[in-house]
Amino acid sequence: MTPGQRVLVAGLCADRAGLRVDPEKAYLLENRLGPVARREGFSGLDDMLQTLRDRGDERLVWAVVEAMSPAETTFFRDPQTFDAVAAEVLEDLARRRGGQPLRVWVAACGAGQEVHSLAMLLEERAPAGLTLDLCASDLSERRLEKARSGIYSQFEVQRGLSARRLVRHFEKQDDNFVLSQRIRQMVRWRRVNLLEDLTPFGEFDLIVYRNVVGAMLETARGQVLGNLTGALADGGYLVTGLGDAAPGLTALPGSNGVHRAGTAGRAVAA
Amino acid sequence: MKTCLVVDDSRVIRKVARRILEDLGFAVAEAADGADALAWCATAMPDAILLDWNMPGMNGLEVLRRLRLEPGGAAPKVLFCTIENEIDRIREALTYGADEYIMKPFDGDIVAGKLAMAGAL
Repeated sequence: MTPGQRVLVAGLCADRAGLRVDPEKAYLLENRLGPVARREGFSGLDDMLQTLRDRGDERLVWAVVEAMSPAETTFFRDPQTFDAVAAEVLEDLARRRGGQPLRVWVAACGAGQEVHSLAMLLEERAPAGLTLDLCASDLSERRLEKARSGIYSQFEVQRGLSARRLVRHFEKQDDNFVLSQRIRQMVRWRRVNLLEDLTPFGEFDLIVYRNVVGAMLETARGQVLGNLTGALADGGYLVTGLGDAAPGLTALPGSNGVHRAGTAGRAVAA
Repeated sequence: MKTCLVVDDSRVIRKVARRILEDLGFAVAEAADGADALAWCATAMPDAILLDWNMPGMNGLEVLRRLRLEPGGAAPKVLFCTIENEIDRIREALTYGADEYIMKPFDGDIVAGKLAMAGAL
């Protein structure tokens, strides 16, 4: 890839999805975009990027941007966060919501490890009587496809997943491991660009947004956090990566990335 | 310093595991078969054991069974580390009292993560 092509791609990623892509990282760009060029039927990367510049067709633009959005994550990353969600957040929400289903959203779910971790946790230790509406979104349609399939490689199931959870929730399928139907059916999937207006999706009791924060441009990061905070119900929770700030929300003690929105007419207990 | 015993009939695997474990701060001992491993444990019970399944003589499952009957043999965190990757095998290992299970091939992140899950780090 020429420097000009790399700048073009970095610019598209910034404009469309607020992604920070370093145009100096030629290896990363070529590594991610090579497969896109093959899949889209181009003779090579140059051919695809030429077409991208000349025609700017939206579908191709998105194929490129999606390929550059970060994908890497593991099961039960930052276990203290999951402990806090199980011990404090769900208990509190279950109490306050009565018999109402909780609305939970895992934003930027990547290959699904995070939302599937949450679903396993809920299956194992949800407070009695708790019902839940669990949805997950990502920018990349292809990644959603993979996440929805619940199929993970041997490497993937060894990152963050205990042997006990593996035997409880997975079955072997050829060389891979597939998550049980019981867990998979708990999740609804949707392609969402978090920079867009999120109000049509309604309000959520719990939003998890931990994966892509570091890969966003500063301005986009603020906008996404603002959008997600706006989508929280009164007293709802936002879970970020450890150490990520969430303006306007109150961080729970214990540095676990859990933040709580205020409740109208009532002070928030810190 | 915590100790870890690596039990594997492959010298190459033992060497790779040793490097990873030493980077994690363990003092590492090696055993090339089950009898050797049990002899080591009878002398000084390690904090953790990385245990291969298929070895000449005694297999890993039998090593684990005998270890757990030894005085102090309940203490070490035992992590299978094997090419066996069927769910039934993993379940069997857990039933025998294994704390965690690593499927080969592995890397440093997997070993560190599994040791943490077993409570051995």
